[in-house]
Amino acid sequence: MTAVQVTSVSKSFRGGRRALDRVSLSIAQGEMVALIGASGSGKSTLLRHIAGLVGADRGEEPGRIEVFGAEIQSGGRISGHCRRLRADVGFVFQQFNLVGRLSVMTNVLLGSLGRIPAWRGTLGLFQNAEKHHAMEALHRVGIADFALQKASTLSGGQQQRAAIARTLVQKARLVLADEPIASLDPASATKVMETLATVNREDGITVVVSLHQVDYALRYCPRAIAMQAGRIVYDGPSTGLTPAFLADLYGSERPGSAPAADPGHPPLGPVGSAALAYLS
Amino acid sequence: MTTITRELPAHRHSNAWYLGWATILGLLVWSWEGAGMNPSLLLRYGGNVVSFGKGFFPPDFSDWRMFLEETAVTIKIAVWGTTLAIVCSVPLGILCSENMVPWYVHQPVRRLMDVFRAINEMVYAMLFVVIVGLGPFAGVMALWVHTTGVLAKLFAEAVEASDPRPVEGIRATGATWLQEVVFGVVPQVLPLWISYSLYRFESNVRSATVLGLVGAGGIGQVLWEDVRGFYYAQTAAVMVFIIVAVSLIDFLSQRLRRVFQ
Repeated sequence: MTAVQVTSVSKSFRGGRRALDRVSLSIAQGEMVALIGASGSGKSTLLRHIAGLVGADRGEEPGRIEVFGAEIQSGGRISGHCRRLRADVGFVFQQFNLVGRLSVMTNVLLGSLGRIPAWRGTLGLFQNAEKHHAMEALHRVGIADFALQKASTLSGGQQQRAAIARTLVQKARLVLADEPIASLDPASATKVMETLATVNREDGITVVVSLHQVDYALRYCPRAIAMQAGRIVYDGPSTGLTPAFLADLYGSERPGSAPAADPGHPPLGPVGSAALAYLS
Repeated sequence: MTTITRELPAHRHSNAWYLGWATILGLLVWSWEGAGMNPSLLLRYGGNVVSFGKGFFPPDFSDWRMFLEETAVTIKIAVWGTTLAIVCSVPLGILCSENMVPWYVHQPVRRLMDVFRAINEMVYAMLFVVIVGLGPFAGVMALWVHTTGVLAKLFAEAVEASDPRPVEGIRATGATWLQEVVFGVVPQVLPLWISYSLYRFESNVRSATVLGLVGAGGIGQVLWEDVRGFYYAQTAAVMVFIIVAVSLIDFLSQRLRRVFQ
């Protein structure tokens, strides 16, 4: 089954900048896909479109986005069912987007808002089954000990894992992660990526993760989609990314953080093997 | 040894600086006449101040029981006026926030709040005395309307300054608009809302002391009757009550506000 189907979606921002330029792609259920590209290449914009948080250009050729076969937006109009569809789509943000003053437990419980009757959710009347489910999710991502702390007191990596726990409680079948490790230290980044890989492997949740660091993409995602100036310039196995291609993709910017940043490291062979060797 | 002296950058005031001061001075001169400014009057009638002041001493506390009751009435007016205003300001404040509702909602609601706020409590009190009759309830109504106008605006400013990212995080779970407000916005702005509400309660106690002047009950009414009857010794005692009560409320409220900051 197709998890995500994007057909010819464009998006221009005020000032005429083209953030997405006739983007089309298809992602099958159960895949773990990396979305790579320089800052401003349109990765975030694409993910936000898939979640139905932003509407595409109306334009002459109307773009369409379907999630699990249901239309979330078409011709710039966000579907009336978008709330129900969003419950299937977990979103993990670069800045975690937890409510800092609420407890970690409450933040994770809020994942069930799209699944329970609106009045009960609004009044915050969560049932025991839901609370158990939230606790189980916190155990899975390894932060159950902090359940009753305010979310703002956790480290970045812990907050990000809480955000992933929220998508588990949400019972999302697709998780879109927008630069989930960009503001984390390497150890936390690895933990977060491991957590995403685990839910992909064990629960069959489709994961699309935008990454700045190519090495992480290579390590965790069999498939990579590369974007440049709002266009998809590569879509295929991540092992097929050549150093020359990546150098071009990032312009003068160095592709990947860790391998290239190590001055004592031997010259990069095919980026895939070099990065993997460095990381293992 | 040579000392290096650096040339100071030439400091020049901009035209805007001169224009600003000229405007302020111009405004003061222009207002002198209309405000009937006449400091010499104070000197000429200085004797009045002394004889008037003498009447205040010693203050006459013989009616202290009644003063205490009326002071309590004043505080009760402020409690209810403020509480009703807070209850109304939560939804109205959200409806005034441009990041929460489209312009065709927040613009009309904001204009309505402007009207509520633009008119002084005293004026509302006079109107409500006509509607609901003399007494404290008119005072409650007056504080309610005016304070709603003030708090809705302050609440909205807090909402507009809140972080949109947690709200988006909630939206992404498939939550409704109301759930975004309840779980995304309110937890962020609650400390500020509480602080603003307590501050308004303080000022409402102060305002409630004068509402009595138009017959809206409380210690202000006693004050007004004593002044009109030339009972200056009682007036002095009433003023002592007001000062003590207002200072006490201010002190307590400030301490409480610090907890929420």
